[in-house]
Amino acid sequence: MNIHEYQGKTLLRENNVTVLEGVHCTNVEQALAAYDSLGSKIVAVKSQIHAGGRGKGTLYNPETREHVMDGGVKIAFSREEVETYATNILGNVLVTIQTGDEGKLVSNLYVEAGCDIAHEYYLALLVDRDTKSVLIMASTEGGMDIEDVAHNTPELIHKVVVDPNAGLLGFQKRDLGMALGLSGAALRSFGKMLSNMYSMFVAEDCVMVEINPLVRTGADEIVALDSKISFDENAEFRHKKWDDLRDLSEEEDVEIRAKETGLSYVKLDGNIGCLVNGAGLAMATMDVIKLYGGEPANFLDVGGGANEEQVKTAFSIIMEDPNVKGILVNIFGGIMRCDIIARGVIAATEALSLEVPLVVRLAGTNVDEGKKILAASTLNIHAADDLAEGAQKIVALIGGGQ
Amino acid sequence: MSIWIEEDAKVLVQGITGKQGMFHADKMVEYGTNIVGGCTPGKGGQTVELQGKPYPVWHSMTDAIDATDADATVIYVPPPYAAEAIMEAADAFDFIKGEGVIVCITEGIPTLDMVKAVAYVENRPGIRLIGPNCPGIITPGETGGAKIGIMPGHIHAKGRIGIVSKSGTLTYEAVAQTMSINEGQSTCIGIGGDPVNGTGFIECLAAFEADPQTEAIIMIGEIGGNAEQEAAAWAAENVTKPIVGFVAGATAPPGKRMGHAGAIISGGKGTAEEKFEAFREAGIACAMDPSELGAVLLESLKAVGLR
Repeated sequence: MNIHEYQGKTLLRENNVTVLEGVHCTNVEQALAAYDSLGSKIVAVKSQIHAGGRGKGTLYNPETREHVMDGGVKIAFSREEVETYATNILGNVLVTIQTGDEGKLVSNLYVEAGCDIAHEYYLALLVDRDTKSVLIMASTEGGMDIEDVAHNTPELIHKVVVDPNAGLLGFQKRDLGMALGLSGAALRSFGKMLSNMYSMFVAEDCVMVEINPLVRTGADEIVALDSKISFDENAEFRHKKWDDLRDLSEEEDVEIRAKETGLSYVKLDGNIGCLVNGAGLAMATMDVIKLYGGEPANFLDVGGGANEEQVKTAFSIIMEDPNVKGILVNIFGGIMRCDIIARGVIAATEALSLEVPLVVRLAGTNVDEGKKILAASTLNIHAADDLAEGAQKIVALIGGGQ
Repeated sequence: MSIWIEEDAKVLVQGITGKQGMFHADKMVEYGTNIVGGCTPGKGGQTVELQGKPYPVWHSMTDAIDATDADATVIYVPPPYAAEAIMEAADAFDFIKGEGVIVCITEGIPTLDMVKAVAYVENRPGIRLIGPNCPGIITPGETGGAKIGIMPGHIHAKGRIGIVSKSGTLTYEAVAQTMSINEGQSTCIGIGGDPVNGTGFIECLAAFEADPQTEAIIMIGEIGGNAEQEAAAWAAENVTKPIVGFVAGATAPPGKRMGHAGAIISGGKGTAEEKFEAFREAGIACAMDPSELGAVLLESLKAVGLR
């Protein structure tokens, strides 16, 4: 789960990591009031969306797609400029390298005081799969795309692995700070900031905190100028306040509804809907559809213990996508019994008066009973014995690929 | 032989009084697994009926292992308490026997809880953790065998193919594929789809290589991370037995989590293409479609004179 920069800054401030004064705004009047209250001659006017590359992004009118302004993060030197930038950003669509061509509608703005920057650094904390620990990465090359730095000058990225039992140790903070060329007051400020940020990472169940740039001010203070924070969805049960931080407009409505009924759904661009049990098998089903010349319309995992009702919900979610021309059901019954799935498929087909061709492949527990139930139905359901046959059948039934 | 779990291994069930725990404990007994009891804090002294017979419940894993000399435990504890259940089992096995296998089925454990639990287990070298978020491990026997997890037992048969996979249902698919060419399994392990887990591919490959019963291996990966690439490189140097591979997620879009917490292509890394390439470079025979795993396996067996 991702949160906006302004929410991240509040969290950082609560955890004693130094950030600049800033105000979250949703309209131009608030942005102007923010400028007046900040008392800073120079302010940053920042689009708030869940995607990187905002500074180099482009704003477009959501209806006409006309070009509005280059750059989703602007430095304003006057009240007039704040007004111009806020007007150009709010209600328009920001396209960045991470949003895709359709971009994201900007409804939130952050107006932040300026600061005297001596140097920009990069800092990230993340859960590293290789070391199975929290990894801290820092670089002197702040403000740049870190993937490029890692590729071109890997020696400029410094890493520290935190032992979960020992926690972040003094020498690790010193080593990392000194690798960034810090000394004296700046090194002390960095160490204090890193301790606080690591504590926050653990307490708040983060999976990633990225600060790009982290800056050293002229007064040798270390300040987080940006913030990109992701939480671990598995830990949601112990963080009730995440409900308030979640921006539903940033998530696909249908994916949220799927999740509420215990289904895992991701929409894709193809025309063959998939209904599968198990994440790995669901991915493999998509892959095999593609292998035989079709294009999958979605990823959908109904989980290990789905019931008739969930199967019905799954079908209705798949059919919401107008591109869907056919559906492939692929179930390997373990905990889930094939006869229950077969009944669910028939009930759903009838309830939704499904008109697109349907291919059902069943295997595993009670498979014979399941197949019998499907064969006895008068509906337009085609059976398949294995995944390859199922994929070939559905591709043929919709008249080949797209 | 088999790996890590013998056919007659003594197995405890943590969370045995819960709905999931009891349901699957019953299925395991039905299969023939030597279940010796279970553990639910606060319910020690009670019994649970599985397949018509009573099984004892203990308050703590220390009491349970003391009383039963169990070899393994399987965890069906809900996510908020599962990491602690892993650590309790690790501590008890280590203290009492110096060894033990912990299989954690639970899906949805907070990642930082697993960071802590994995470090805790790794500090106790005799303890092996499989999972979490996995179907478990099964060693089929001539009759019955040891099924420790949620996989459908009846699809398996004792044989010479070792299977290791990140995914549950794809493991079953692989099992069915071996059966389609009249081959059984030595041991099948689901290592789970979480970003931070216990036993990995390389440890499974090493154990299969050393196991005399295992003569060929099926390895199934998925997008996310680089465990498959590392395992392939390791196998090229260290595994002499034929390996057949598949990777799920060739059509997955970047940046989207595909069901499993770990199944995500980030920063253009961890794609299926990359992993298939690493498999091929290591001499692993790849199936592009899981329904072809049987045919590819048969070819690999023929190539080394095993069929």
